[in-house]
Amino acid sequence: MKVRHWAGLACVAGMALVLVSCGKKEESAENKAAPAAQPAAAPVDAATAGSVSGAVKFVGAVPKAKTLNMAADAACAGAHSGPVSDLEVVANASGDLANVIVYVKDGLGNRAFEAPKDGAQLNQEGCMYTPHIVGMMAGQTLSVKNSDKTTHNIHPVPKNNREWNKSQPPGSPNINEVFARDEVAIPVKCNVHPWMKSYIAVFKHPYFAVTDAKGSFEIKNLPPGTYTIEAWHERFGTVSQSVTVGAKEAKTVAFSFKPDSGD
Amino acid sequence: MTPQYHPGLHRFAMTLTACTFVLLIAGALVTSNDAALSVPDWPLSYGTLTPPMVGGIRYEHTHRVVAAAIGLLTVVFAVLLWWKEKRAWVRWVGIAAVLGVCLQGFLGGLTVLLNLHYGFPVEHASLAQVFFGTVVGLALFTSRWWLSDQPALEDRDSPSIHTVAFLNCGVIFLQVVLGAGFRHKNIPIWPHLIGALAVTATVTWTGILLRRRFEPVRELSRARILLHSIFGTQFLLGIGALWSRMSTADAPQPMPVMVAWTVIHTVVGALTFACAVVIVLLCYRLVPRTGDVAVAASPAETAAS
Repeated sequence: MKVRHWAGLACVAGMALVLVSCGKKEESAENKAAPAAQPAAAPVDAATAGSVSGAVKFVGAVPKAKTLNMAADAACAGAHSGPVSDLEVVANASGDLANVIVYVKDGLGNRAFEAPKDGAQLNQEGCMYTPHIVGMMAGQTLSVKNSDKTTHNIHPVPKNNREWNKSQPPGSPNINEVFARDEVAIPVKCNVHPWMKSYIAVFKHPYFAVTDAKGSFEIKNLPPGTYTIEAWHERFGTVSQSVTVGAKEAKTVAFSFKPDSGD
Repeated sequence: MTPQYHPGLHRFAMTLTACTFVLLIAGALVTSNDAALSVPDWPLSYGTLTPPMVGGIRYEHTHRVVAAAIGLLTVVFAVLLWWKEKRAWVRWVGIAAVLGVCLQGFLGGLTVLLNLHYGFPVEHASLAQVFFGTVVGLALFTSRWWLSDQPALEDRDSPSIHTVAFLNCGVIFLQVVLGAGFRHKNIPIWPHLIGALAVTATVTWTGILLRRRFEPVRELSRARILLHSIFGTQFLLGIGALWSRMSTADAPQPMPVMVAWTVIHTVVGALTFACAVVIVLLCYRLVPRTGDVAVAASPAETAAS
């Protein structure tokens, strides 16, 4: 009887652990097959290339920015003379929305693009990530710098790339990493300072831009064609529209996010 | 050989239990502050035993240091048990505790090195409860009360109190696992909410049976009241923890109100499980099962066999 009890309890515990532990689908990026090599395509003809520019707005009452509490680390708190706000929603009174990544989602066909030799930069300064949104190409090097007088850990949490978590004490050399696959967008966090958040958007092509403080963006050197242009915001999700760019045409588009827009 | 009461052993076991409770608090603080990966390496922290104690590192490294101390205490206790304790099965429970704490440390390392994947955080949190239950059991086994003569109570009803107490213990453990699954974002909240209803049922059932069958028995009455008190508190803490999570869901970082509620809810959950373990053990100590009574009642048959 006693043995039966213990065996029963062990079975219940074991089953519960297996069920709960496996509740979240684990996707090992390492185990995924490498993306098939794209056939080489004709280079973009600069003489006919056009551009897409425009602005992104937030329609409605802009959510109030939240104040960060950096008291957990004196080096962080001491790096700022006043209160620091989080960068989740950065918009001015007119609704011009910064930190939106606008990119070509579809329409490039089987064109292949080489990653630039220069690395994308992500700095840790005042215990904040700069820039807040990084756009880069698959295969391009991401160079992470620590300008602070305190230790950070850099922990991207991708779904389609290899996850890594590295520490970076003050004064240590830059961390250089590469993301092999396109992904919009990879959250990056520092578990030492849990308010530190950033996103890295990785593309197979160079046609992306991050909106500035006025909500403006420009995607240059785009070959003539019809494209789906998408705008991604970390809180409001995505909006997209179809745009046809003619030879040497400078197209202007506008995106707007509402509190309930997105996926 | 008649087992002998060793006050030193019992005090050591009680100290180990108290320290393990502190370790549970330290572990809950790590999770609630999202600090588990603030130290990417293991077993050292930033390649040293003395990393900068800032931000999340403070929680994670403290957890590691307390865990290492508990590991050492457990090994010392197992050695003392092997040396002083006459009951072989208690000595083996001590060995099991050592294996448990080693496995727990290993799971903790895998949790960090594998970036919280593959269910290791839930397994680490669940094994912590099992280890806590084990050291609570050891504290009980080494107590003067356990070693002294106790009346053999009769339980002829069905289901037996052992079955119900075991069921209660198992359901509470399941609920603890579900809670860990929710905290570590492996499962949604609803299984944990259903689990709360199941625990309410089994705790109530256990309490009713204990009261009906063994109300005059001081130990079982106290344990029953204690279980109900802790579980009632835990239920309210659960509501508070859920409220704190919902009300701070948009916060840019873990907020103190959420951390406080969830940490208290987690460790009182461990106390609830420990109390259920104690009730199971008390039932086995005080209430011989039907088969035991039959054997005890016919020594001639026993001798003949």
